[in-house]
Amino acid sequence: MALFAVHDLTHFFGGLRAVSGLNLSLEKGELVGLIGPNGAGKTTVFNLITGIYKPAKGRIEFLGRDITARSPHAINRMGIARTFQNIRLFHDMSIVDNIKVAARHEATYGIVTSLFHPPGFWKTEHELDVYCRELLAVFGLDKKAGDRSSSLAYGQQRRLEIARAMATRPSLLLLDEPAAGMNQSEAADLIDTIRRIKDTFGLTILIIEHNMHVIMKVSQRIVVLDFGETIAEGSPDDIRTNPKVIEAYLGKEDPNAA
Amino acid sequence: MVTQTKQSHFSRLIVVVIAFVAIQTVVGCLSGQRQFQYYARMAYLIEINIILTASLALINGYTGQFSLGHAGFMAIGAYTSAAITTIMPKILTGASLDPSTFLGNAGFVCSVIAAGCVAGVFGFIIGFPSLRLRGDYLAIVTLASGEVIRAGLRFSNFLGGPRGIPGIPPFTNAAYLGLFFVASLWMMRNFVYSRFGRACIAVRDNEIAAASMGINVTFQKVSAFIIGAFFAGVAGALFAHMSRYINPDNFGFLKTLDVLIFLYIGGSSSIAGSIVGAGIFTIVPEGLRLVNLESWRMVIYPLILILVMRFKRDGIMGDRDFSFLVPWKYKEMVLKRTL
Repeated sequence: MALFAVHDLTHFFGGLRAVSGLNLSLEKGELVGLIGPNGAGKTTVFNLITGIYKPAKGRIEFLGRDITARSPHAINRMGIARTFQNIRLFHDMSIVDNIKVAARHEATYGIVTSLFHPPGFWKTEHELDVYCRELLAVFGLDKKAGDRSSSLAYGQQRRLEIARAMATRPSLLLLDEPAAGMNQSEAADLIDTIRRIKDTFGLTILIIEHNMHVIMKVSQRIVVLDFGETIAEGSPDDIRTNPKVIEAYLGKEDPNAA
Repeated sequence: MVTQTKQSHFSRLIVVVIAFVAIQTVVGCLSGQRQFQYYARMAYLIEINIILTASLALINGYTGQFSLGHAGFMAIGAYTSAAITTIMPKILTGASLDPSTFLGNAGFVCSVIAAGCVAGVFGFIIGFPSLRLRGDYLAIVTLASGEVIRAGLRFSNFLGGPRGIPGIPPFTNAAYLGLFFVASLWMMRNFVYSRFGRACIAVRDNEIAAASMGINVTFQKVSAFIIGAFFAGVAGALFAHMSRYINPDNFGFLKTLDVLIFLYIGGSSSIAGSIVGAGIFTIVPEGLRLVNLESWRMVIYPLILILVMRFKRDGIMGDRDFSFLVPWKYKEMVLKRTL
């Protein structure tokens, strides 16, 4: 059985059909790319999966359970974490605190404990601190852990978002344009990191990306979306030569032009 | 973060504690004498206002929810405690609780805690439905809630109606105030330096990201609201037993406005900001009265506000805390990594 599946997912913005009858399924350990021209509905699909939008129609299943239209925090707690296309870090907080907010598995004390700081409170906090810094080290961000997250360079902010998502201990990770604004060497680094965390944590990953170099290199399977519909699905090589995909990106050749 | 040794942290903390106890003792001793009564009341009022401001900081500052009904929670606290120390004993025994007996004092302490709890319950009742709203809408709903509480009290004849409750025994003294003041600030400080404090700031910074990271945003907002309401209730109880007479109009929108000014002048995202804001702005109007400029109060007061907002938009303290307010263990954790 698939780890994650979407059946007939449909969503409207006013009269506009943003996502239309989307079917998608991910096996455990798969890394699937989701591509398509601007406005194809990719990010909307992520927002539907993570509960930020409620779908007009369709069903989303994760680990055999129906998670359609659950609240975002409940979906995250079941094991789906994401990053954002327009970076959404907690800018007023330090880098390590960004991770701490997400790492709820490492500190589970209740409100009364938080008011009285009984013995043992700081031991928990200290362990949380160590865990978060180790996680940051995986992403090469541990050196600046105490700095404000807004002080990071753009590419590092994207890495921090991935680290923060990982702190929630997901089994499915949704990456929304992780390589946006990165130069070639940063992107190469990112490919490396994605592969590494996928293997270390046994992750399943769904990734939206405009950087074709990254997506072709990293995905095992690619789904192409246009006008909210799947127009093609297959291995990177199939997609590269698929006439429908080329048409969606570049337009149709005019038969009369020649 | 400035580097600091354990010794210097605790020596500074001890100095602050000794200074506080000394001031509190002096105030307590002088409060009995007629010519100093006014100043002692000022000192008490400052402490009550600081508790009130810090409790609002949890909601408006840390969690970023613009609430305008804080005086309502203060009213709930004041009336609850006055009901326990004054109204009920009068019905049962014919006299209010006596500050010179042990039983009376125990009753007072219980009434303060009960005041916080009842205010917390009202915090839940008001917060749970309204915290789903954002920005202006939340401000309007909380403003209305505060007014509903005040209007409700005016119609509650068993609580004195519009005439209020006179003859509340003067339990609030330097010792009790010092105790509740330190305990309240300590607990609010602890809350801020915990995972809930971080979650509150996360919700303020980016609600969607916070929710997507597994934070139950509604729970977080409501719990900050309840804790804020709790301490506002405690402040209300202390206020009632200091002023010895309360009526519903003590707790109108203007009271909320005062607290909001304390909060934003001092700095809304730090306990230090509440201390500075409430401290200075409780003294300023009274100080103007002393130098016979009371009629200019409403000119000078807003002028200070405008100047602070012009030159320090985050308030006098911004989000910085006094060093002695930061838990040593927290500093140690940060220091160890940056050294």
